Amino acid sequence: MNFRRKPYLTAAVSAVLTVSLLAGCGSNNASEGSTASGSPAANGDKPFKGKTLSVYIGSNSTSEYIRSQLPEFEEATGMKVDFQVFANEQLSQKLSVQMTAGSATPDVFTIRPLEETKLFEKNGWLQPLNDYASKDAAFDLADFSESSLSSATANGNLIGIPMLTEQQILYYRKDLLKEAGIEVPKTLDELKAAAEKLNDPDKGIYGFVARGQKGALVTQLSSFVFSEGGDFQNGDKATLNTPEFIKASALYVDLLKNYGPPGVLNMGWPQAMGVFAQGKAAFFTDTSTVYPNATDPDKSTIADQVGFAPFPSGSSGAKPYNITAWALSMNSQSKSKDEAWAFIQWVTGKDMVKKLQLHGTPGARTSVWNDPEGEAGFPQGYIPVIQESVKTAIGHDRPQVIKVGEARDVISEIIIKGLVGEDITAAAEKANVEFQKIIDNEKAK
Amino acid sequence: MRTAWLDKNIKWVFTLPAVLFVILMMAFPIFYTVRISFFEWSMSAVTPPRWVGLDNYIELLNSERFWQSVKATLYFTVLALVVETVLGVAIALVLFREYKGKNIAKTLFLLPMVSTPVAMGLVWLLIYEPTIGAANMMLKWFGFKPLEWLGNVNQAIPSLAIIDIWQWTPMVCLIVMAGLSTLPKDPYESAEVDGASAWQKLIYITLPLVRPTIIVAMMLRLIDVLKTFDIIYATTQGGPGSASETLNIYTYMLGFQFFKLGSASSLLVIFFTIILIFTLLMIWIRKRLGA
Repeated sequence: MNFRRKPYLTAAVSAVLTVSLLAGCGSNNASEGSTASGSPAANGDKPFKGKTLSVYIGSNSTSEYIRSQLPEFEEATGMKVDFQVFANEQLSQKLSVQMTAGSATPDVFTIRPLEETKLFEKNGWLQPLNDYASKDAAFDLADFSESSLSSATANGNLIGIPMLTEQQILYYRKDLLKEAGIEVPKTLDELKAAAEKLNDPDKGIYGFVARGQKGALVTQLSSFVFSEGGDFQNGDKATLNTPEFIKASALYVDLLKNYGPPGVLNMGWPQAMGVFAQGKAAFFTDTSTVYPNATDPDKSTIADQVGFAPFPSGSSGAKPYNITAWALSMNSQSKSKDEAWAFIQWVTGKDMVKKLQLHGTPGARTSVWNDPEGEAGFPQGYIPVIQESVKTAIGHDRPQVIKVGEARDVISEIIIKGLVGEDITAAAEKANVEFQKIIDNEKAK
Repeated sequence: MRTAWLDKNIKWVFTLPAVLFVILMMAFPIFYTVRISFFEWSMSAVTPPRWVGLDNYIELLNSERFWQSVKATLYFTVLALVVETVLGVAIALVLFREYKGKNIAKTLFLLPMVSTPVAMGLVWLLIYEPTIGAANMMLKWFGFKPLEWLGNVNQAIPSLAIIDIWQWTPMVCLIVMAGLSTLPKDPYESAEVDGASAWQKLIYITLPLVRPTIIVAMMLRLIDVLKTFDIIYATTQGGPGSASETLNIYTYMLGFQFFKLGSASSLLVIFFTIILIFTLLMIWIRKRLGA
């Protein structure tokens, strides 16, 4: 009588699934329950005793430090924090699935403002934080740099508090440059000449490495484009086929194709950084915040030979990007908004930002940057490069549309076609048409 | 009374849970997907899906990226399937003979099948790494030119197929071995009486007899290879460029990277149709050649 077992099993499974489906629906509405209390400090000790807060955070050095400080926060507020760390793409996907289902968790999460702000805001997934932040005098919203706040604002709603800022810089090998008697390149032309000179594949040293992976490469291409006087778009007009954009793309392709390591087409920052940290490349350009991978002796064989330089200038000067890479946001469906704000306030408050900065995480608070103590967490020569970069920087590093991911794929096609030996100008014309279509589609709605 | 009612309706009572399960977990999602494929929707909680009719399909069928993904899917599938079948059958024939240590060899050989795909993908990513990976080290030892593997537009799909072949040939082999063990002895005896060579026995007796089993193994692999996602996502995420972007990866991109749920659904509907056609084709072949 073996056949009997199966239907019962399926019945049980389907019953469980049905119930959990219903339960899922039930939790959508009901954001009442916790409307009490204002600022946690005002209520004395443990104002949120017995509450639980769910936090999803993108994986980086910041997340690890915050995790280590959690017990202190839990002790002070009395709430329990369920703290989960995810890789960028997985986090983005997990958030979108949970937000679509109207889930009340996570209460707090990190977003990548330039990638996700417009879409998440449009979809109504994020709680505007304007009131929370401006009501709280001690929080001092004005302390955040203006460009960092603007990238976390959509339709006038502040939907995230900037946590981490980054700029594109040039990493180089001090020893190789010294040996060859080459100065640190100040212009893109000098960079190309130096990469050419240092490129020696027979000895396993490549002149230059950067991202060549579809989508991912666009942000690191941006500083090349800006420095040659171009951009992805001019208002609602795609500008991928302008001479400036093509010139910058051709240079990027030239550097990677002729002086880069093999297999560059499959390299995001971890792989490109890996090549550099294994001592296989003389120059590497990427975002400033990934420096620990090069300077940490556990991860890098050339830790003591890493030099930092501002992004070299092109025909329009040096124009690296300077952006808010991560911001902390609140779920609009959260049932514990006061608790959530208490957490955001704790992580992005002056004390923690300073602690984080001492720990090597570049924050967005002007007061901390101006505090000499705030610099102590970074390797020698890093801070001046960042300060130099910020002066002439551009506030975005990717196209400013809702469908950023799709646009990035279209744009990166220009570089990929170039790397496989096709005509860059033709590829740029084609990408421009497709990118224009994306812009027009969004405008039509 | 109650027992009488139960006796009369027992077939409905016992099948109901299964039917409910199929409706809830299979039929409903499929119909929902078909419905969404006529809408435009970015998973928004505030903007409802917008009816666009067949626009999603038209846009897909006119897009280069869609056809590229169809090509990549077919290339990957045919390559992996053919090699896995040929190798799997050959290895099964070798392993099936009696020899010392047969069981140990069998166990070792089946190990790749039980490994976690994503973890294996990451290991292979290291093996394939052009500058420091083991694959190129081996090539250099034997005096060959190093390859770019996953970093090259033309080598990406064959490299991925190698991973799939490494992992899943054992399954084909296992099924074929099961088939071999059920073969009758008499044809071989009469063939020996007639003076047939070992080669003739293989071609005229063994292969025709295990053909139905081989076709079943191919069918199972076909469906699996067509919808491969894990190893591709773990290694190339569809790159370099769009070289290894199969239909499944493209759907994922459309849905979870671009948030175009309507387009993603219409792509799934097309993909579903493709798998259906392939499966029907295999069933037809099996009917003609098998049994």
